[in-house]
Amino acid sequence: MSAGADRRRRRGRKLPIAPESGGPDGANGLNGPNDDGEAPARPVEPDVSEGSPPATEPEALAEAEALAAAEAGAAAGERPADPEAAAPGLSAKEVPSWRLILTLAAAGAMAGLAIVLVFGWAEPKIEAHRAAALRAAIQEVLGGPERYETLFVVDGSLTAALPAALPASVDSTALDRIYAGYAADGSQMGFAIAGEQPGYQDIVGLIFGYDAESGELLGMKVLESKETPGLGDKIEKDSAFVSSFRGVVPLIEGVKAGAGTGSEHEVDMITGATISSRTVIEIINKRMESIGPMIQVYTAEPREAPAAVSAEAGG
Amino acid sequence: MTGPENATELVRHAPGAHAGGAALLGGTTTPTQDFLRGIWEENPVLVQMLGLCPALAVTNTVANSLAMGLATFFVLTGSSLLVSTFKNLIPKEVRIASFILIIATFVTIADMTLAAVVPEIHKALGAFIALIVVNCMILGRQEAFASKRPIGRALLDAVGTGFGFIIAMVMMGSIRELLGNGSLLGYSVFGPSFEPWIIMILPPGGFLTLGIILLAFGWWRGRKAAEVPRVRRWPHGVASRRAA
Repeated sequence: MSAGADRRRRRGRKLPIAPESGGPDGANGLNGPNDDGEAPARPVEPDVSEGSPPATEPEALAEAEALAAAEAGAAAGERPADPEAAAPGLSAKEVPSWRLILTLAAAGAMAGLAIVLVFGWAEPKIEAHRAAALRAAIQEVLGGPERYETLFVVDGSLTAALPAALPASVDSTALDRIYAGYAADGSQMGFAIAGEQPGYQDIVGLIFGYDAESGELLGMKVLESKETPGLGDKIEKDSAFVSSFRGVVPLIEGVKAGAGTGSEHEVDMITGATISSRTVIEIINKRMESIGPMIQVYTAEPREAPAAVSAEAGG
Repeated sequence: MTGPENATELVRHAPGAHAGGAALLGGTTTPTQDFLRGIWEENPVLVQMLGLCPALAVTNTVANSLAMGLATFFVLTGSSLLVSTFKNLIPKEVRIASFILIIATFVTIADMTLAAVVPEIHKALGAFIALIVVNCMILGRQEAFASKRPIGRALLDAVGTGFGFIIAMVMMGSIRELLGNGSLLGYSVFGPSFEPWIIMILPPGGFLTLGIILLAFGWWRGRKAAEVPRVRRWPHGVASRRAA
């Protein structure tokens, strides 16, 4: 269609000199000045903005050009075709749609293959880093247990072993879980509980240790936070704040620094990072409200300290 | 765009514009020029003002700046190589989509590699690794250079531009970490008595640092142009007028 339009326009232009010359070379005649050659002085921005609708644009252009050419023809070929308009037309070097689709499909397939290969190499490493970070955090907040086991929250109670017949709707990897730490002699050291909640900038994720016997917190560690550097990030970097959670009895009450009454529920908030420190306290309180009763039930049940199984569970 | 007058006009008014313009208007360049141009004279951040988003956002420490610079370097070099190799197979109509696809693949690879090898830095860079895809510096080099030149030249250009980006990033990172944290690469420089300028590692510090660097850079370039008016480093008219 576009070749026909070009021919018509050419003939209109060249009519006074050589009416027949437009025939055989009509389709290629416009390719010369249209080479990639040198781009205009600022090639980046205009081309980027033009690139968004890649496939439909040339066809639309060709359509418009054909229309314009037809009009020019109707006007008895008086108006000479504008060389500027003819030169940069994308349709001059017509590429069939199947080639466009094929190019993108081939590029996509190659990209997919490359990513899958790298993913296969990187995923175990990433997973190992994540597990190592969690393991280190559990060790830290429980005060170095000999081993720990994972307890799943199923139907509002804690269980070490997942029931064999889980409902199909329950995804075992998405189950809420806490970690129970044991000393070398098999005595209970406490529970590590993770939780998260939006803070000042982004989600704050943390893990804390809870000693069910004394009812005190063993420690707190922030796993994930993007709080303001220098202010909010003190929730993980200010050692005074972090260590002030040790020995506190939840539910915690945040107080202004120095204004406490000496109660065992109090933690001094960070000056200038009220929202961030409140977030930390809220996460711990919420998790204790939901998990605390379960832990009481769990510890009240008589059971033997897990032996062989837990080593594997703790790994 | 009808002639050199117009181009000069454009160059004079848009500081970043002459980067693409000079090279293309000047016609042919030597391989050395292709390599060196991006490092200093047409530094992507300091002169072309491309890729400012990462330059402002993740330069709060030297380590982050360096990691971001290296990731961008890797993506730029890989993409330029591929784009230049396949330039004749990619139809004009889908070139931008193809470039972005190629760039995005390299970014994903860089993202996963960083997460696997240096998880701490990957965590600090956050979403900005993924945003390398839309770094206009990279797409700009593909569109303006790699898609039109032989593979060797494209590679030289990409390596030069990548180095230029790393230099600018580390420059920003050093200043910000030094003033904002009193340290370089995590090692304390000023000692414990130094009260860090917190603002330098916050977002406003990025703007302040970039502004001051650009000011110094512009002053230096203006002085240099005035010193040697015969060397037509800038398009005609500018240097001689400054000298006068």
